[in-house]
Amino acid sequence: MVNVVDAISLYFKYIGISIRAQMQYRASFILLASGQFLTTAIEFLGIWALFDRFKSLAGWRLEEVALFYGLVHIAFAISESVGRGFDIFPNLIKSGEFDRLLLRPRSTVLQVAALELQLMRIGRFTQGLIILIWAASVLNIEWTLARIALTIFAIIGGACLFTGLFVLEATLAFWTIETLEIVNTVTYGGTETAQYPLSIYRPWFRKFFTYVVPLACISYFPALAILGHPDPIAGSPSWFRWVAPLVGILFLIISLQVWKFGVRYYRSTGS
Amino acid sequence: MRPYAAILSMRFRALLQYRAAAVAGFGTQLFWGLIRMMIFLAFYENSSAKTPMNVEQVVAYVWLGQAFLLLIPFRSDQELEQLIRTGNVAYELLRPVDLFNFWYSRAIATRFAPTMLRSIPLLIIATLAGWIHWGGLPSIAAGIAALAAATLLSAAISTIMTITIFWTISGKGINSLLTTLSYFFSGLIVPLPLFPDFLQPLLNFLPFRGLGDVPFRLLIGQMPAGELPMLLAHQLGWTIALVLFGRWLLRRAMAKLIIQGG
Amino acid sequence: MPQIVVEKLVKTFHVAERTPGLWGAFAGLVKRRHRIVTALNGVSFSLEAGELLGYIGPNGAGKSTTVKILSGILVPDSGNVEVLGLNPWKSRIKVVRKIGVVFGQRTQLWWDLPVIESFDLLREIYRIPQDQYMSNKNELVELLNLSVLLDTPVRQLSLGQRMRCDLAAALLHSPEIVYLDEPTIGLDAVSKLAVRDFIKKLNRERRVTIILTTHDMDDIEALCNRVLVINEGNILTDGTLANLRKMVTTERRLTVVLVNEDGDITDPDAEVISREGRYVTLRFDPESIPPAELIARIVANHEISDLFVENPPIEEVIAKIYGSAAR
Repeated sequence: MVNVVDAISLYFKYIGISIRAQMQYRASFILLASGQFLTTAIEFLGIWALFDRFKSLAGWRLEEVALFYGLVHIAFAISESVGRGFDIFPNLIKSGEFDRLLLRPRSTVLQVAALELQLMRIGRFTQGLIILIWAASVLNIEWTLARIALTIFAIIGGACLFTGLFVLEATLAFWTIETLEIVNTVTYGGTETAQYPLSIYRPWFRKFFTYVVPLACISYFPALAILGHPDPIAGSPSWFRWVAPLVGILFLIISLQVWKFGVRYYRSTGS
Repeated sequence: MRPYAAILSMRFRALLQYRAAAVAGFGTQLFWGLIRMMIFLAFYENSSAKTPMNVEQVVAYVWLGQAFLLLIPFRSDQELEQLIRTGNVAYELLRPVDLFNFWYSRAIATRFAPTMLRSIPLLIIATLAGWIHWGGLPSIAAGIAALAAATLLSAAISTIMTITIFWTISGKGINSLLTTLSYFFSGLIVPLPLFPDFLQPLLNFLPFRGLGDVPFRLLIGQMPAGELPMLLAHQLGWTIALVLFGRWLLRRAMAKLIIQGG
Repeated sequence: MPQIVVEKLVKTFHVAERTPGLWGAFAGLVKRRHRIVTALNGVSFSLEAGELLGYIGPNGAGKSTTVKILSGILVPDSGNVEVLGLNPWKSRIKVVRKIGVVFGQRTQLWWDLPVIESFDLLREIYRIPQDQYMSNKNELVELLNLSVLLDTPVRQLSLGQRMRCDLAAALLHSPEIVYLDEPTIGLDAVSKLAVRDFIKKLNRERRVTIILTTHDMDDIEALCNRVLVINEGNILTDGTLANLRKMVTTERRLTVVLVNEDGDITDPDAEVISREGRYVTLRFDPESIPPAELIARIVANHEISDLFVENPPIEEVIAKIYGSAAR
């Protein structure tokens, strides 16, 4: 237990340094954050344009899609910020800096995660939050405590899932020095996928995003429960929707095990 | 001409080295194409709205967008950006070549090589799967001409992006805006004809449609090949304007460099 | 009871190969060729606590590979290592807690932070008790003259200043063993002496076991009683510096300073090997002619203003060792 508290305290010490460093370049931060806000906002503009022309998407209205959108983007923004260390991890391998991490009596996960808390991701976060709040106010949802808790739970589960994907992406760096876009596919592509209700996709696609990269568990299922909407594709028991975000947390735990395996591989083959 | 051709070739070879990235890029685009295709199919299937493009055309448009994604100017040239930020760009001035042309040639190669690598397998698959219904031979010829012009246009934009780095912070801001605008107004996010009607005049005026929308619609015959001269004029007109602007911007940047001593 | 035991370490690497040219680039997309490199070919040695070992060898000989295995970063193909009774790669965290490593070419300090903040962070990472940290820090700051540097960001330090800070950083947690990988590389003469002096104190006074990897032979001569020579994954010699010399040659050098610049030195038992103005260097074998006798003869027959006797430069000795192994 002492170890966990100690690790957390070390994490916050590192993060404090990262934040101070970013605040030194205030103009740059504001620029990047605004840039990300605009970029993500403009994508929602695209969605709005499509609804303007088509009026509905497989039975779903814009306000409902906005709920899915908001949940996913807030979760993703959090993991973009928190998982930044893993995102830039390939550089540590290239520069040999990872060896130095191995020379310290601390877990490599802690050291990599603590590298940076990227503040500019607040751009996507804010944009997602605005959309979520708009959707919440415009839809006729009964905001019980349970529903609010589920919303937060879904966001946390989503952040864990996306962070897990960043960890997996970083683990790939142990095997190849070339930057692989494959995980970007799943993170950014996954965001694009999950911002729409999963029911609009083909069955095999839905299955991939339910069982392999369980985005459905942190967006689709919880959103159904929040909206009180029946599942158009059936097959999910309604109680599941309330605990689905747990899968996102499990995904992160599994990713960390894969990371450990990657570290073992790195130590047996060298740089 | 020789030094520019040499740069093209060298850059081309350098870009071919990244094997895993090439494969992963293909997988990525395939995935994205599938997602977007499904989204549009879902919109069309459940709606009776009148649309300027039918669903087959939109699907083809989406796949062409994925295939030629790398044509869109994404960011400034990273190596050159590094040179500028460290001030080592002064060494570029020592070469007996026109700096803008040098950088412009480089930008053309940077747009062309990866796009070629990635587009061919994607186009093959999309065609075989029946996702792209090509227009007739005239349409394809017109489309290829438009793609060539798109490359020149895109290289002009990305060269300007590189030059803005001389004004570091604001340069980065402008670039991020330019990238977003390029993606959005080229039709990569939503096919331009699907935007509300009141936006169409604006979309038709801006240069960005020349990066994607124009070649795509020619290739699938949604715009008749006969319209090529007008469209080409639009693309090349903007290209020339941007090149002139870029050259002017570079002169100002150089003046700033010399005054500040680098 | 040796503090460090290395037994029959074997380590091989797979290195990817690239074919040149445009065709090669395309071919490389399809298939990669690999080469197997043997970095360590059955290396064995052991160290008692408090030893200062010089570890030398040409580039690529296997020195960094050995250090990486000793610190638990790398796992060997076969062989056994015990550091303080523990296996470094199986008990990584336990072992790294007790060792310090300094790389000459890479700092472990945080680039944008003032030195003192790096130290502070290390205190938390190594969980150093406050009073131990304070006493170590104060002592190291004094020994290495760091007090004016503490508030400077690391990126603004000169190489010499940075190396001193890196040395301090590696010792804050009172490690029993320290690996120094090229600590004097690129340093100016004053800094080199300071670093050497510090290392000597560290070893002689504080009994810290040190493995020093270096190309600088002056480091070796100044600091090491024992030297390990490695080449192409094999240990060539393991012993004292004096023995090392004897292995190669018993030859000694006599440098004479002439009074007249156009004078000449001749002697039946000594051979002139170099001449620079008034300085003439001869070589002789002390086993065929005692140095005293040679000196007496030369002084008698020539006009000399100064002379001194030396060993052949250690670089030559080492080069001969590498060379003889290659044959």
